[in-house]
Amino acid sequence: MQADLSVILPEIVLAIYVMVALIGAVYTSKDKLAPLLVWVTAALMAVLGIWIGTSGSGSTEAFGGMIVDDAFSRFAKVAILLSAAAVMVMGQDYMSKRGMLRFEYPLLVALSTIGMMVMVSAGDLMALYMGLELQSLALYVVASLRRDSAKSTEAGLKYFVLGALSSGLLLYGASLVYGFAGTTLFSGIIEVAQHGHVTIGLLFGIVFLISGLAFKVSAVPFHMWTPDVYEGAPTPVTAFFASAPKVAAMGLFARVMHDAFGHAVQDWSQIVALLALLSMFLGAVAAIGQTDIKRLMAYSSIAHMGYALIGLAAGTELGIQALLIYMSIYVAMNIGTFAFIMMLHRDGKPVTDIRALNQYAKREPGRALGMLVLLFSLAGVPPMLGFFGKFFVLRAAVEADMAWLAIAGVIASVIGAYYYLRIVFFMYFGSEGVEVETSRSPVLLAFFSAGAALMLIGVISTFGLEGAASAAAAMLVH
Amino acid sequence: MIGIEHYLTVAATLFVIGIFGLFLNRKNVIILLMSIELMLLAVNINLVAFSSFLGDLVGQVFTLFVLTVAAAEAAIGLAILVCFFRNRGTIAVEDINVMKG
Repeated sequence: MQADLSVILPEIVLAIYVMVALIGAVYTSKDKLAPLLVWVTAALMAVLGIWIGTSGSGSTEAFGGMIVDDAFSRFAKVAILLSAAAVMVMGQDYMSKRGMLRFEYPLLVALSTIGMMVMVSAGDLMALYMGLELQSLALYVVASLRRDSAKSTEAGLKYFVLGALSSGLLLYGASLVYGFAGTTLFSGIIEVAQHGHVTIGLLFGIVFLISGLAFKVSAVPFHMWTPDVYEGAPTPVTAFFASAPKVAAMGLFARVMHDAFGHAVQDWSQIVALLALLSMFLGAVAAIGQTDIKRLMAYSSIAHMGYALIGLAAGTELGIQALLIYMSIYVAMNIGTFAFIMMLHRDGKPVTDIRALNQYAKREPGRALGMLVLLFSLAGVPPMLGFFGKFFVLRAAVEADMAWLAIAGVIASVIGAYYYLRIVFFMYFGSEGVEVETSRSPVLLAFFSAGAALMLIGVISTFGLEGAASAAAAMLVH
Repeated sequence: MIGIEHYLTVAATLFVIGIFGLFLNRKNVIILLMSIELMLLAVNINLVAFSSFLGDLVGQVFTLFVLTVAAAEAAIGLAILVCFFRNRGTIAVEDINVMKG
């Protein structure tokens, strides 16, 4: 019991902190405490992230295999905790200026982070479901954080209905897997699905599970909630949606597919490849007509999830390594980009129309250059780090005899480059128009420059990212 | 004799009714919430039927978790719905249309 609890100590610490802070804030000063709570929660999550990253080795199972602590879960947890902390700190100034920083916000983010941590270390269908729901329920509330805004509540409502539908699909799949495998433990399911032999009932279960998970990673054809939720939610919340939950959902996807169905790769890899293909192309094509940058980032994230899914579809150790590298780079790019989006305002009101960036480079040459680097990286233009992320997944696809998927990926990235370059065009060569103001917040500037700088420095050294990802992948793939 | 397949058929039927309720319903968001509940209850029937068929208690434990989470989910859904109603004065599905594209 003692050993079991020590495996989930970071989650317990965070959960106890949230409950104490919640009661403390309710009984004392409520929303006045919010800025402090943001910093404390972010600091705690960063400390936990570093703690998980530096301690712990090997693979430990707790609670009879329900929770697994291995290099894969540690890698994902570090990415989740650090990105959630970064996004929270980033949004603090933006939210308090507009009077929407309530003390619940940091605590709900922390609660959903606990859910994500359980998700990536789940070793059982029940732990998977509980983690996923803890994450989702907190996210539904966070999406409708501006409860006086029609857009924000509508985003929350849409997210809730479609999220609940996806949970239902996933759960139906889980029930079929339980029935046909006779157990909910991943280690038990993999015994039944030995030698690539899966019964028809189990196959139905896998398909439902994949549909549910595809909703959570917003892969096409289960992506319809993404643009509306990204547009409607307040920008800091959108930034959060585009970072940690995506890593967690992708981590969970990879864990279920490899831990539970790792011996039946050929049964599910075609389905995942199809999701990847559709996501890449829809993300690239549908973003072209968008004028709202948050909506554009939603389609961009759909396309990026498509690339990351290539790594999963490959079904190899190299593929999982590529997926983890891709997700880490994606999160870093998104944090930088959203820091930039949060800086834009006009008379204190946030601006999300990309045409407002016309001639931006003349007024703010430094920031325009930083955004150029980030956009090139998002598009996957060679000298930037984003290119290497794409390179890794495409290489994994080629080595797994899925060259057609790699070629499709290259074509989709060429199409997708158009809308990123369109923003660059507006910034440098756009016509004169209404000017947009730029916030001077030092925190936002720090995250924005760090994100942009990482896209360049990362080319020289990735700070051991590849090694950590390969160790994580080796633990996961059997 | 009622076997496992009868239970599975009932559960599958309920599940499909729930999904159709979500997609075909054009009237009221409350009906969406009911459809979601119906889907989760179909899953519960599945789990209990499998649990009894396999002689394994895990499925029933799973059911209890699902029931609890479903209650929490409904509470949060209704809370968001109340906020939405305050802003828009309607809960008709066709009025959830501020954002499109």
